[in-house]
Amino acid sequence: MSDFKSNNKVVNWVEERLPIFSMMQHSAIEYPTPRNLNYWWNFGSLAAVMLIIMILTGLFLAMNYSSHTSLAFDSVERIMRDVNYGWLLRYLHANGASMFFILVYIHIFRGLYYGSYKAPREILWFLGIAIFLAMMATGFMGYVLPWGQMSFWGATVITNLFSAFPVVGDFIVTLLWGGFSVDNPTLNRFFALHFLLPFVIVGLVGMHVWALHTVKSNNPLGIDMKGPQDSIPFHPYYTIKDLYGVSLFMMFYLAVVFWAPNFFGEPDNYIPANPMVTPPHIVPEWYYLPFYAILRAFTMDLWIIPAKLQGVLAMFAAILILFALPWLDSSKVRSAKFRPLYRQFFWLFLVDCLILGYVGGKPAEGILIKVGQFCTAYYFGHFLVILPLLARIEKPKPLPASISQPVIKAAALGLMILVGLAGFTGQAQASGGEGPALKKPDAGFSWEGVFGRYDRPTLKRGWQVFHDVCSACHSMKLVAYRNLADIGFTADEIKEIAAEKEVQDGPNDEGAMFMRPARASDRIVAPFANEKAAMAANGGALPPDLSLMNKARTNGPYYVYSLMLGYEDAAPEGHPIPEGKSFNHYFPGNAISMPMVVSDDIVTYADGTKATKEQISKDVVTFLNWAAEPELDARKGMGAKVMIFLAVLTALLYALKRQIWKDVH
Amino acid sequence: MADQAHNAQPSSVDGQTRRDFLLYATSAVGAVGTGIALWPFVHSMNPAADTLALSTTDVDISAIKPGQSVTVVWRGKPVFVRRRLPEEVAVAEQVNISELREPQKDSERAKKPEWLILIGVCTHLGCVPLGQKPADPKGEFGGWFCPCHGSHYDTSGRIRKGPAPANLPVPPYQFTSDTTVRIG
Repeated sequence: MSDFKSNNKVVNWVEERLPIFSMMQHSAIEYPTPRNLNYWWNFGSLAAVMLIIMILTGLFLAMNYSSHTSLAFDSVERIMRDVNYGWLLRYLHANGASMFFILVYIHIFRGLYYGSYKAPREILWFLGIAIFLAMMATGFMGYVLPWGQMSFWGATVITNLFSAFPVVGDFIVTLLWGGFSVDNPTLNRFFALHFLLPFVIVGLVGMHVWALHTVKSNNPLGIDMKGPQDSIPFHPYYTIKDLYGVSLFMMFYLAVVFWAPNFFGEPDNYIPANPMVTPPHIVPEWYYLPFYAILRAFTMDLWIIPAKLQGVLAMFAAILILFALPWLDSSKVRSAKFRPLYRQFFWLFLVDCLILGYVGGKPAEGILIKVGQFCTAYYFGHFLVILPLLARIEKPKPLPASISQPVIKAAALGLMILVGLAGFTGQAQASGGEGPALKKPDAGFSWEGVFGRYDRPTLKRGWQVFHDVCSACHSMKLVAYRNLADIGFTADEIKEIAAEKEVQDGPNDEGAMFMRPARASDRIVAPFANEKAAMAANGGALPPDLSLMNKARTNGPYYVYSLMLGYEDAAPEGHPIPEGKSFNHYFPGNAISMPMVVSDDIVTYADGTKATKEQISKDVVTFLNWAAEPELDARKGMGAKVMIFLAVLTALLYALKRQIWKDVH
Repeated sequence: MADQAHNAQPSSVDGQTRRDFLLYATSAVGAVGTGIALWPFVHSMNPAADTLALSTTDVDISAIKPGQSVTVVWRGKPVFVRRRLPEEVAVAEQVNISELREPQKDSERAKKPEWLILIGVCTHLGCVPLGQKPADPKGEFGGWFCPCHGSHYDTSGRIRKGPAPANLPVPPYQFTSDTTVRIG
């Protein structure tokens, strides 16, 4: 460190007062790194990049977010609709959370496979677990902020975990809530903590890297570096390799952001929080599912410990047991490459975790309860029985003398990706609804697929259907008249459309409220003054707001399309329907308050298109999709450009990496 | 260290050129990409679509008597609407504009001489000048006086004395009827 010398006087002046240049030189450039690290070692730096992206996007989102229960949901939708590139920032952030966990889980399992938790890396490992715990807390509180149904009920369920503890449980829960239930004080403190914790993570990451640089990286062989021939300087070898990894990862991450931004989300979270109604199937975010399954695996009271407490303790223990891992696994050999038995049990453990994740995403019913219980037992058995036993009975293969001997490639790559994908599909299916297969328009919707865009004439017809028919009962509070410019209306047409309705304004100079014609800047005027009035006029049922309908239901566009066409004139045999309700094949429970509205020629299209009921349904669903995702065209357009750019950058980085590494291989 | 090992290779010259080219090309592409990626973050701090959509204000001027002023809000800022007396207009028109810090004729600043409409924010450092209420100090030139740093504006809202660099700006407006003005 002290041998740092520069020809630049300014650099030397700074260096004598703050040795920042020698520190960089020492820990980011010369830092001796094993020459045989494989691509599984990229995930640490990838996670660091992800942390930076999360803090940046989060910071700019916070500038537009309101952490009050009456404003939170709408402020998030304002970010999606009105803030410049707000949709991009939010989708980067929401999907970034999932990406962060994917990266960190791979990073953790890398450590498990190659024994990176063993001496002398125990503290490095502890700090990693601390980061993981802080991430879980941050992710949980972040998910509460949009204040949708899943936010609210997730917060309710998770905070109620603490009520399981005897004596202090209720005290802790009340303290978390700041009231008698999850409410405004809860949202406010979660926002404050959600803003703080990432910086705690930054501090922990700093210590994690510090510990790493003290004990140096583990490597796929799990043996120590024995001399200069085993190591290469971090720069340029691993800087370029990490950057190449970042570019590849960005392609994956941004593909999700631009083409499937709600893949990891739950439709229910596009419904504003309602403390009176729990959604039928609530699940936490996918990255908590294995632990959620463990929580639910305990169903029988034992002695003085009720099932609820067992579950909560087990869930916390499932993470805390990782702290004991360096001692539970006392085998002197680190890498699974030389541990034939451990290697097999490692994969079994990974599969066990994936099954737990799958079970956690499904309703706790039937065989899945037993599966969850078995996998929970195996999870703890792996740590408490299998690992200690293996250390005694396993005969490791002979270790190579040094790293610089030829190295075999990682064989497990393909399998690991396959298993991972299987896990995700399981999660995707977990949120799929039951009921009959949904209808689709013959020609599909124009906006589907990688290059699909909205069709303006369809949107205009859809607006006409909404305006002439739907808007008699349904509101669309998040869309303003000015937004209609997007679908091809001129400023004058928009003024005319807006002026059809009146809104309250005031107070005027006499202090009285008055009605005035709506303006382009007003939101689409609702048919009823408030929810109670809407219910009173509709037989006690509230016609839901349609702004987000296509995003707020599983397979939204197809669901709404099917619902429009799913009515029967009379209830079929054996499906009695209460008085005043209609039978619909696609509505949960079949009894829907909305009467059959869509029929041939219910509207006369301005553009002369024949108004069959299929045409009407397709048009209005297209319009509703635009209302829910007005950014879709811009999103896919930007996505295509970004992907082309990243392909070029990745190719360049790859070529440069080959060039730099060619003498090492 | 790596470079030394590298230079020992026979093909080092070719390899070095290729490597330099790749290094510069990749750095350039990466730098451009990072630069462009920053724009959405910066632009998100600009006014949002709903903020921009609220940028007109209608003012009912039927109740304003000669000599009176009202203050209305436009884009979050005070806008002064003053119904000037004939003598105030006359004073404003008689000024020799070549002596002004920002030379402007009164006729350039008021569409109808009777109505003067100004953004009520001092061009020095953003305080709201006094002069709207009857009891307010109006400065040495009978218009407005900014108490923060002592700028004096005349009956046309032009800077006459003090540190402010420019006249009080005139917002875009039009008379939509005899009794209403739309600002913005």
